[in-house]
Amino acid sequence: MAHSEMVSKGRRRSPLFGMLIKAGKTLVAIAVTMLGLLFMTFIIGRVMPVDPVLSIVGERASQEIYDREFLKLGLDKPLIVQFLYYLNDVLHGDFGISLRTGFPVWGDIKRVFPATMELATLGTIMGVFIGVPLGVLAAVKRGTWIDQIARVVALIGYSMPVFWIGLIGLLVLYGWLGWIDGPGRLDVFNEDIIPTVTGMILIDSALARNWVIFKDALSHIILPATLLGYYSLAYISRMTRSFMLEQLSSEYIVTARVKGMSETAVIWKHAFGNIKVQLITVIALSYAGLLEGSVLTEIIFSWPGIGSYITTSLLSADMNAVMGGTVVVGLVFVLLNIFADLLYKFFDPRAK
Amino acid sequence: MNAIRSAIFGTAVALAAGVTFVPVLAETPANMLVIANRIDDITTLDPAQSFEFAGSDVSRNIYSKLVNFDPTNLDAGYGPDLAVSWTVSEDGKSITFTMREGAQFASGNPVTAADAEYSLRRVIILNKTPSFILSQFGFTPENVAETIVADGNTLTITTDQRYATSFVLNCLTSTVGGIVDSKTVMEHEVDGDMGNEWLRTNTAGSGAYTLGSWKPNESVTLIANPNWYGGEVAMQRVVVRHVQESATQRLMLERGDIDVARNLSPEDITGVMQADGVAVDSELRGRLMYISLNQKNEVLANPLVAEALKYLIDYEGMQDSFLKGQYTIHQGFLPATYLGAIDDQPYSLDIDKAKALLAEAGHGDGFEVGIVVREAQERIDIAQSLQNTFGKAGITVNITVGTAKQILGEYRARTHDIYLGAWGPDYPDPNTNAGTFAFNPDNSDEAGATGLLAWRNSWHIPEMSEATLAAVVENDRDTRATMYQELQREHMRTSPFAVMFQKIEQTGRADNVEGLSLGGAITAVSYWNVTK
Repeated sequence: MAHSEMVSKGRRRSPLFGMLIKAGKTLVAIAVTMLGLLFMTFIIGRVMPVDPVLSIVGERASQEIYDREFLKLGLDKPLIVQFLYYLNDVLHGDFGISLRTGFPVWGDIKRVFPATMELATLGTIMGVFIGVPLGVLAAVKRGTWIDQIARVVALIGYSMPVFWIGLIGLLVLYGWLGWIDGPGRLDVFNEDIIPTVTGMILIDSALARNWVIFKDALSHIILPATLLGYYSLAYISRMTRSFMLEQLSSEYIVTARVKGMSETAVIWKHAFGNIKVQLITVIALSYAGLLEGSVLTEIIFSWPGIGSYITTSLLSADMNAVMGGTVVVGLVFVLLNIFADLLYKFFDPRAK
Repeated sequence: MNAIRSAIFGTAVALAAGVTFVPVLAETPANMLVIANRIDDITTLDPAQSFEFAGSDVSRNIYSKLVNFDPTNLDAGYGPDLAVSWTVSEDGKSITFTMREGAQFASGNPVTAADAEYSLRRVIILNKTPSFILSQFGFTPENVAETIVADGNTLTITTDQRYATSFVLNCLTSTVGGIVDSKTVMEHEVDGDMGNEWLRTNTAGSGAYTLGSWKPNESVTLIANPNWYGGEVAMQRVVVRHVQESATQRLMLERGDIDVARNLSPEDITGVMQADGVAVDSELRGRLMYISLNQKNEVLANPLVAEALKYLIDYEGMQDSFLKGQYTIHQGFLPATYLGAIDDQPYSLDIDKAKALLAEAGHGDGFEVGIVVREAQERIDIAQSLQNTFGKAGITVNITVGTAKQILGEYRARTHDIYLGAWGPDYPDPNTNAGTFAFNPDNSDEAGATGLLAWRNSWHIPEMSEATLAAVVENDRDTRATMYQELQREHMRTSPFAVMFQKIEQTGRADNVEGLSLGGAITAVSYWNVTK
């Protein structure tokens, strides 16, 4: 009796235990991924032909000053020791001081990442809300002029250099027509007015109910976000079309049609219902790609995001900033993957 | 890629010209100056440490100094700032400054001689890269208590030997001469750092402006300092925005969203010249472009070869093509507008003469040589031009393009053949360049004088080094200027350096902006005289 009760209790605990095991495995996977990422970035940073000491002291520095900074950075120690010191600091939430800006790297990232996130989120929303219906429509109207237009739109999005479209967009919409505001996130006289809550100005200005700032921010973000949204749209619509074509040629779709089901139900309920999981992966990848920061877009629009932050830091041998930025971007990738996994389970019962 | 981008943008602008359209122009507020500039080189705002161009621009407007340049009359040289007068001791080693009465820091604290003492001592004790500008006068952390001393309303500095007064005062006009509010700074001292960490991102000065905010890679905002002894300034707010792309700066300027664009490419300068309401200013800056020949290379150590190479440079061709409007021919080691600068141009492209010199040197059939250059487009263009013209005299040039670390590493280790690079003065006194182009008292490898360009090129010049030292202690301004002129002519003739060009900065500005001085070759930008 006692034995059977124990077995019963053990069985009742097992789902929780299973979940804990899964969560543990996920955490270990995240930790190993992040450790690998940190190690690789660290090694690449050390073998790059740039000199972090020169970045700090300048080329005019005397040998004495150079040597002092060299020792201060711990560059005299073996690589593995340097890495362990760095790892220890990171585990304590300290990414170090950016050699280039003089600010703590974490503070810099908190400032630049929301700028990129705001841009990428808006871009992805545009990409999804236009790209998905466009892809579905192209698949349903395969071979018609609608399909051709959708394919050309996607092709242009794939092949046009971002700086070209960006500059032309600025020239026409900002330079000629004056419909939108120019580079930067806000007009100079609107800066530092609303309190920073999320770092995303659209949200912060809405929270502060300052609609003048909201409008100004929207007028600045609309072009770069549309540009990113267009690239996102090109990718999403092509993939949606491809997934839908595969589904629409399946036997169960023919069966559904034979049974007299309406075309809308066939397309949206059955065919589209079955590509949701694949689409989640595509959207997550597209979003993650934009969150990495589109360096050229950020440069053209003077957008102080994480892409230009990491790139400029890399060129200045500011490895603290590069590693901090890489860790954050890596973490975002991992978290988006986990989020996509959770969505799979929501949309696809088999994944449970 | 910049060239491609410019070409595309140029095409787009050309298309735009064909369309009749009247844009609605924006306008910046009347009491605000908005500037687009590349400011990603700022690493600190501490005047004891700041040594970058954009940092100097900020510092000049925030920190008053003992002596300073008047932006309305840069040719006049240094004049009173926080020190209203100064006297020099009979032995020429001590200078006593009398401080301005009533001057206040932005914090409201009075500016005292004790603040000046603290500020100058701080530079020496912290011993950051630009500290050599002051420590070259013999100040050390150990002796500053005796050599930099405040007494009531006066400050006396005592150098280790007699120097030209103009040399010392010129150095005090540089960024390290900024006087900080000692009380405020010491309130933020951490672990004996004399507020260095705090002053990286905050300011404590008594100049025309105070720091509103600094967002790295984004913007610097300066707010008028109501306590400035110079009175109220017209531009109550100055915002410098980091805008990387020249094409973007041009659009913003033409749209009226900025008042000044500081990094316009030659193509965009040509473009904005045709725009309504925009003016273009050109100012000579201090940067020189030069090549230098490593004297460890036996071929290059031959004076005839060095002379021949100076005749194998197409100075005019480069100036009038890819360097147009950005650089002007200049062959002396002192930038034009410096005390003692000369505008002699003894060398021009003369292939026949060069061939004759090479034949006389025993290299009539030419030779093979390497040029190392950093990965900057204009420098690579110059290297390619040299490759072409040297080739006409039978010299095969191998160009090595590398990062700063690679190229500077080779230069400092004296392993290059020919170095192609730029040099900007550190402080507004002729010794800043004479002391590196024409000074090398110990040419041994062990000396490790990596800061001296003459040493980096293994150029042994005991006599010229003496002459450079003599010019540093000469107190008569005219005699001193003559000494530098003679030194440069000798240098042009005998040195393994071929100075080629001096930088011109072209700035696009709204034509209602008046009084903006970029500082010429000797100092940084000033905003306090700007009106709109």
